[in-house]
Amino acid sequence: MINLTIDRKQVQVESGTTVLEAARSMGVNIPTLCYLKNINKIGACRMCLVEVKGARGLQTSCTTPCTEGMEVTTNNTAVRAARKLVLELLLSDHNMECPTCVRAGNCELLQLSQEHGVSGIRYEGEKHAAHCDCDSPSLSIDSSKCVLCQRCVAVCREVQGVSAISLVGRGFESAVTPFWKTSIDAAACALCGQCTLVCPTGALTEKDDTEKVWAALMDPTKHVIVQTAPATRVAIGEMFGMPHGAIATGQMVAAIRSLGFDRVFDTNFSADLTIMEEASELVSRLQNGGPLPLITSCSPGWVKYAEHFFPDQLDHLSSCKSPQQMFGAIAKTYYAEKQGIDPKDIVSVSIMPCTAKKFEAARDEMNASGYQDVDYVLTTRELGRMIKQAGLNLAKLRPEEYDVPLGIGTGAGQIFGTTGGVMEAAMRTAAAWLGGTDMPRLTFQEVRGEVAGIREATVVINGNVFFLAIANGLAAAGRIMEKIKAGDTRYHFVEIMGCPGGCIGGGGQPIPSEGPDALEEVRLARIKSMYAIDEAQTIRRSHENPAIQELYREFLGAPLSHKSHELLHTHYHGRGPAGVRKAAAASGVKK
Amino acid sequence: MTAINTTTARINHFADLEALRQVSAQTLAVRTAESVRLPDAEQIQILVCGGTGCQAGKSVATRKAFEVAIREAGLSDRVSVHQVGCFGFCRMGPVVVIYPGETFYCEVAAKDVSDIITHHVMGGNPVQRLLYAPSPKEKVRVQTMAANPFYKGQQRVALKLCGHIDPEDIRESIGAGRYFALAKGLLEMTPASVIDEIKRSGLRGRGGGGFPTGKKWEFAAASVNDVKYVLCNADEGDPGAFMDRSVLEGDPHAIIEAMALAGYAIGAKQGYVYVRAEYPVAIHRLGIAIRQAREVGLLGEKILGTDFSFDIDIRLGAGAFVCGEETALIASIEGERGMPRPRPPFPAVSGLWQKPTLNNNVETYANVPDIILKGAEWYAAMGTPKSTGTKVFAVAGNIMNTGLVEVPMGTTLREIVYGMGGGIPKGKKFKAAQTGGPSGGCIPAQLLDTPMDFDTLVSLGSMMGSGGLIVMDDSTCMVDVARFYLEFTQEESCGKCPPCRVGTKRMLELLDKITTGEGTLEDIDKLEELAAGIKATSLCGLGQTAPNPVLSTLHYFRDEFIAHVVEKRCPAGKCQALTEFRIDAELCKGCGLCARKCPTNCISGEIKHPFVIDASACVKCGNCSDVCKFGAVVH
Repeated sequence: MINLTIDRKQVQVESGTTVLEAARSMGVNIPTLCYLKNINKIGACRMCLVEVKGARGLQTSCTTPCTEGMEVTTNNTAVRAARKLVLELLLSDHNMECPTCVRAGNCELLQLSQEHGVSGIRYEGEKHAAHCDCDSPSLSIDSSKCVLCQRCVAVCREVQGVSAISLVGRGFESAVTPFWKTSIDAAACALCGQCTLVCPTGALTEKDDTEKVWAALMDPTKHVIVQTAPATRVAIGEMFGMPHGAIATGQMVAAIRSLGFDRVFDTNFSADLTIMEEASELVSRLQNGGPLPLITSCSPGWVKYAEHFFPDQLDHLSSCKSPQQMFGAIAKTYYAEKQGIDPKDIVSVSIMPCTAKKFEAARDEMNASGYQDVDYVLTTRELGRMIKQAGLNLAKLRPEEYDVPLGIGTGAGQIFGTTGGVMEAAMRTAAAWLGGTDMPRLTFQEVRGEVAGIREATVVINGNVFFLAIANGLAAAGRIMEKIKAGDTRYHFVEIMGCPGGCIGGGGQPIPSEGPDALEEVRLARIKSMYAIDEAQTIRRSHENPAIQELYREFLGAPLSHKSHELLHTHYHGRGPAGVRKAAAASGVKK
Repeated sequence: MTAINTTTARINHFADLEALRQVSAQTLAVRTAESVRLPDAEQIQILVCGGTGCQAGKSVATRKAFEVAIREAGLSDRVSVHQVGCFGFCRMGPVVVIYPGETFYCEVAAKDVSDIITHHVMGGNPVQRLLYAPSPKEKVRVQTMAANPFYKGQQRVALKLCGHIDPEDIRESIGAGRYFALAKGLLEMTPASVIDEIKRSGLRGRGGGGFPTGKKWEFAAASVNDVKYVLCNADEGDPGAFMDRSVLEGDPHAIIEAMALAGYAIGAKQGYVYVRAEYPVAIHRLGIAIRQAREVGLLGEKILGTDFSFDIDIRLGAGAFVCGEETALIASIEGERGMPRPRPPFPAVSGLWQKPTLNNNVETYANVPDIILKGAEWYAAMGTPKSTGTKVFAVAGNIMNTGLVEVPMGTTLREIVYGMGGGIPKGKKFKAAQTGGPSGGCIPAQLLDTPMDFDTLVSLGSMMGSGGLIVMDDSTCMVDVARFYLEFTQEESCGKCPPCRVGTKRMLELLDKITTGEGTLEDIDKLEELAAGIKATSLCGLGQTAPNPVLSTLHYFRDEFIAHVVEKRCPAGKCQALTEFRIDAELCKGCGLCARKCPTNCISGEIKHPFVIDASACVKCGNCSDVCKFGAVVH
């Protein structure tokens, strides 16, 4: 343990703790713009400068380790002047159209400027040549708002292992872009949107599709339906002052209905459908000699990543469409038929925790119904904004129920939104199908987990041994794929989700008001709620979902039937540019 | 010559090294000032400068012309031609020196070769017209380097073999004593005693900061790790400075030897020389030197029969100034974008690939072998108590003799400018000298007797830097100078931290305002405020020192800034927006020279009558003012 004083107060910390961490642990919130806990400690933004007695000049507290007897001052004339100068310089080179910025409500730069009493900018001047990139269906880049903190670069590289973006150009004209300043749409980018969660300003955001959805809602000739992904209901409340992970299913349904949607359905329904198809595919692969392992394909960021980085391994991916796309195909066929609505008049909207889902919906393959199966994808954040635009306070709404039949989901469908959840849902059904007991297992603690990375588990059901692996975050996905590519054939079934923690940590989820360092805690709270919803359900196995049973009875026949193949399965293809996996970075992050 | 004579066997023991030295020393024996040419001298050696500067002056053609002429004259058995490194007297290149006798020829072109062969080599009479004339008026010419005032007062340690040996032949380096310091270190000294010798010598880093070298070695040695690295920073980036390039081009084995010694001292087996790609000659010769050192076993496994193994590879930089900053340099070697990292951790603890790393610049290393061979006391006896040894300065600007000079630390600016430098040309007055490059500051005329050492320069608001010394005469606008340097650092900012990335841009904008007559007194205050802020908040040395040229010129030449903003006048007549040229009719003799030199033909008049400048067409280039012999063009 190390003893030091921060602002004349004694504090004891473990060896290796930085001054910033020590200060925050005692309630002294040193401001930061580039720091990201465990991910980015590069001392770039200069906001966290403090005075360390005996040191030459001010020190960045994010990179300075505590030493015995150290005397730190976090607030004096020099420190205050330094921080204010940095803010003024950043603002002098910043797009100041704040009222029209999507991040105006939770912009870290704006907040810091207010906190530090920046009342004017003494040094006005030319601004860097900005570029806007709105070519991709998922993400928008507006470099006029970029402060070059490099959090996005670090997340993309360290957490996701993708390195789609980096600093390009030099000095005043430095910019965060893909290599050669190409569009993000033309880069080996998974479109996961993790960068949008850590951007302190509005430089990196989701592509906004709310106006298109408003237009559809206001069009009386359209039957506008919506599906909500499992992870959205445990996050949207955060945008309305509810605690992290607050379960707001009923309020969300009520709000959406108030917006004018004709039917409010649930992606949990099609998650159950996915289990039916995917479990059957697993059995078929086990019986017919592979290829194994079977790898889940629900996460569109992961699928796009695989297409860029592992184009020769795509036969491992399940041919099952994701729940979003299964829903889309069923809505414009089965549901349209059942309701007697011409599918051309149906506008199918989905609410997703994910930016890559926008890309997935726009894929060429996704028109099994003869129309684009899912018309518009909104992130949780966009839905939150629409609800605010409608003047609704979600937290105060009276809970409502989903519509039938596509609004009926099980606990198994619900946990699709967390890492390990697809695996557990599949195992629940497998346990029931493979029999051997009257009380098939419901809980598979061994596949659950909270930490980004790879988990392995062995599950034995009635003598059948399943070697399983679960990866969350694309860096972990890359590691497991390297193993598989190298011929590691131990696994039967692998679940991969592109974002840390799974969909609950998706790039389209609400941004914590406390800043990105709260993300880890926020993800844990959301995961807890996911399982809480599951436990409260009466039906917790996908194959027991009555709406699914009815769907097979009335329409599809059986899993892997001809019709299933037509509507619910797809294929993948390698895509350029080829992704290059970099060695672990030396950005000062502790390994 | 890329491969050395295959008969040169591997050097496995000290005895092998000594034997090779004795053989090679015979080749070098004639290369002394004292060697006298006898009428029937057996051997004549012609040394042609092969430094980048002289090569730009076509010294390669000169050398080839010598080779052809000697062959054709049938002199091949007793006259040899050798390409050597830079002599430092770059203004008068290409330089050719002929031994015995050390005859020093200047500006030798291929067409001059036949004269030298006929009169000097065959006739024994030096070619007078190619000898150096220190004073253009008196036409007195000096024959030897020793008699040349440019070399008087110089003391060459780092540059001692530049211009003396063929850098592409390891035998000549060994003949001149290279690798004997390594041998002494490996065979007679412990790593700790090597470090102790460096510490006691007082050697300080020649790359800019002046950090005590021995301490740096001690820190790296103290870090416990199986893998450590030794780096050589050859990313020389200060405008005008080229001493590191000269050492690599003229004496690359000095660097290899010193890095191996450093490896021995700190416990590293691998070294990297990070050299900018704009130095192709240096890269080529260093590459040859490394290969030859490997061939004879002076790099590689079990050097000189000991258990010490060491090897060196070259890494090329893409020319970013910031990559001379050691953490950016490390990032660049790792293949990352060249951006500095905060310290701690210091490279001595966690540097290249997170391993303990020692980094010194080229000139620093070039001093190491002699410190080990001749002892710390010998070295510390040169220079001043706190800045021991010698320092190479790259002298440029408004000065007669541009080139490299190596002098003991503490030599005054006046001695350099008016001694070796030969004073200011065109009868103009010394105004200031900029030291330390874009991170440094200027020293005004009243401080000409400043001793040039690390601490004095810092106390004057400048710094040693890597030894760039740019002399400015009284036609220089100091605001423009400040602007020039700031523009350089602003363009070379890596972009990582806001104070440097945005702050230097804002400073440049303020200076632009001032030099175009838009500035106010308040802008000068803002400039100072911003400069202080950038120094206090920037991440690395580049940003922390970028405001120095501005602060230093503000300190010594504030009146010029005020003239720009209050009187809207540029006293030196350099800032075009604030300058108007006109011809004083009283002084004008009507010679018409100004009109002939005017690029826009805006000067007209009748011969023998006063000429007139049409201000509407004038581009303010100042040619008229420069050429007027009567001082009639005023601004």
